[in-house]
Amino acid sequence: MITERQTARGSPPRVAGSGSGAGRFLLVVIAMLFALVFLFLPLLNVFAKAFEKGWTVFYGALVDPDTVSAIKLSLTITAITVPLNLIFGIVATWAIAKFEFRWKSLLVALIDLPFSVSPVVTGLMFVLLFGLRGYLGPWLDAHNIQVIYAVPGMVLATTFVTLPFVAQELIPVMQSAGNEQEQAALTLGASGWQTFWHVTLPSVKLALLYGVILCNARALGEFGAVSVVSGHITGLTDTLPLRVEKLYQEYNSTAAFAVASILALLALVTLAIKTAFEWHTQRVYARAERATSDARTTRTKST
Amino acid sequence: MTKRFGDTIAVNDLSFVVNEGELVALLGPSGGGKTTVLRLIAGLETPTSGDIFIRGHRVNDLPVQKRNIGFVFQSYALFKNMTVYRNIAFGLRVKKWKRRAARERVEELMQLFGLEQLGHRYPHQLSGGQRQRVAIARALAPKPDVLLLDEPFGAVDAKIRQELREWLVRLHHQFNVTTLFVTHDQEEAMEVAIRIGILNCGCLEQVGSPQEVYEQPANEFVARFIGVMNVIELEVRNGMACLDQIAFPAPGYKDGDKVRVGFRPYNVRVSPSTDEYRCQAVIRHTYFLGIMMRLDLELPSGARVYARLTKEDYKRLGLATGMRVSFQIAEHKILGAAQNSNAHTAAGSGCTHGER
Repeated sequence: MITERQTARGSPPRVAGSGSGAGRFLLVVIAMLFALVFLFLPLLNVFAKAFEKGWTVFYGALVDPDTVSAIKLSLTITAITVPLNLIFGIVATWAIAKFEFRWKSLLVALIDLPFSVSPVVTGLMFVLLFGLRGYLGPWLDAHNIQVIYAVPGMVLATTFVTLPFVAQELIPVMQSAGNEQEQAALTLGASGWQTFWHVTLPSVKLALLYGVILCNARALGEFGAVSVVSGHITGLTDTLPLRVEKLYQEYNSTAAFAVASILALLALVTLAIKTAFEWHTQRVYARAERATSDARTTRTKST
Repeated sequence: MTKRFGDTIAVNDLSFVVNEGELVALLGPSGGGKTTVLRLIAGLETPTSGDIFIRGHRVNDLPVQKRNIGFVFQSYALFKNMTVYRNIAFGLRVKKWKRRAARERVEELMQLFGLEQLGHRYPHQLSGGQRQRVAIARALAPKPDVLLLDEPFGAVDAKIRQELREWLVRLHHQFNVTTLFVTHDQEEAMEVAIRIGILNCGCLEQVGSPQEVYEQPANEFVARFIGVMNVIELEVRNGMACLDQIAFPAPGYKDGDKVRVGFRPYNVRVSPSTDEYRCQAVIRHTYFLGIMMRLDLELPSGARVYARLTKEDYKRLGLATGMRVSFQIAEHKILGAAQNSNAHTAAGSGCTHGER
């Protein structure tokens, strides 16, 4: 989708010697075939499997109370995790892109940590911290707070795993933007907050959106870390991916694929939102260009 | 005022006054601290010591937003996500102007700046010259007390630059806003500014009208930075510094002292007859500069001197490369004792102030 949009924006650079269209055609075909076989067909197959035994079975699998509770839990965790990461991502990026401080490179490295640590290890890490036999476990137990094998632990684990997404998208964009636009806003009398709201945020909105979408997809789909801290209590601590796995293990593959298709659908919806947003931005620019040339033609007509 | 970045002194004990409604250029080589001076006035940097006054009020403790200045960045720093209209209106919007007054002000500026047709465009859809006009319009919109421009013509090509210079002068007449601009182009400063401040290594070398700094340069740096100047080192004998047959009176110097003598190329008179003037030379090279010609003269001692004359004179005298000629120097200036170090050997190098 992205490549399509970028080539639509301006004609692709011409490579010297690529006079014949054969090479280009071959490259396009290879890329398309690859995407079709490895990306599109498997996804399509999930939907095909889900509907294998007909609409009623599919529907029945979805309204199963345990599945409904899994959908609710997944959405709840995502609804908490994504805003948390959004705030963290913006704050961390702001600090990294706009200021110089001593432990900057350490902070950048730390933000990437969740990418390099296996999700299962992440889950175990939280069990070690908050579990009954963990460091904080006894204290939490004494105060009747349950973190592990409960929603708070799952939120923590998901937040940890998805932490880099927003920041990683934002850092390069904000760094390349520099801070001259912000300084210009300040000289024009804008407060720090106005500058952030009207200048900084809009200039990174696409990267921000992309980060949120990636973060959202991962939060919905996270399996490893959540699996360790959830305790697999059906109807209580099962998220969508955990539910899919459980159904599959119980040889209920149609139901498993039905639930999986919900996950896939959510992913497609977020992707559609992103694409729509990009189209909208492009249309705004195109309209600006058209408005100008229209004004020009009317002026030449009138004179 | 003074500004240090760590151990480097960017601006050293600088002090000057820009009068209300004046158009002043800060001229100097790159890295001379010009931009830092602008940023200090704007409040984007804090001075290490010293005070800044705008309209008689000390503004050191005022944040950027409260100083009521207009700042045009070298890269223009237009808001990429806003249309031309919204860029210009931004300052009015954050300063809570009434909607109607703001619209009138923006439309007035767009008209004046020839941007009426471009209101809906985004910065990346504009040419370099248009962007620059938007940047200046945006800075002027909230009616600033002072307009600060950082290398305003740096990012556009030579032909447009010329147009923009004339445009800036007209603009200044129209708005009469106190303007301080930074440039490394001496021609630009001479052409546009009412007064020029020459900045080198964070020190203000001279402030004066273009004519003053050209005709009465305060020191060798200014002399060499504004236009071309011949500088030669001569030994004093009998109270005179002698260049072959030409003797320059050097009062206050002892025999055996070395002094530096400067003179402008247009003050060198050249004659095709070898005995009209007392000094002999050979024309080693001729440079064609449009209506002027520059001659590279080699003296018997091996010293080189630049002469400058009009094309008409060049033709009338029948001069040519390789000819033996005689010359004299109509006007000169004793620049001072020769320094042992290599400091000040060329304009733009030699930061002797930084070490003080």
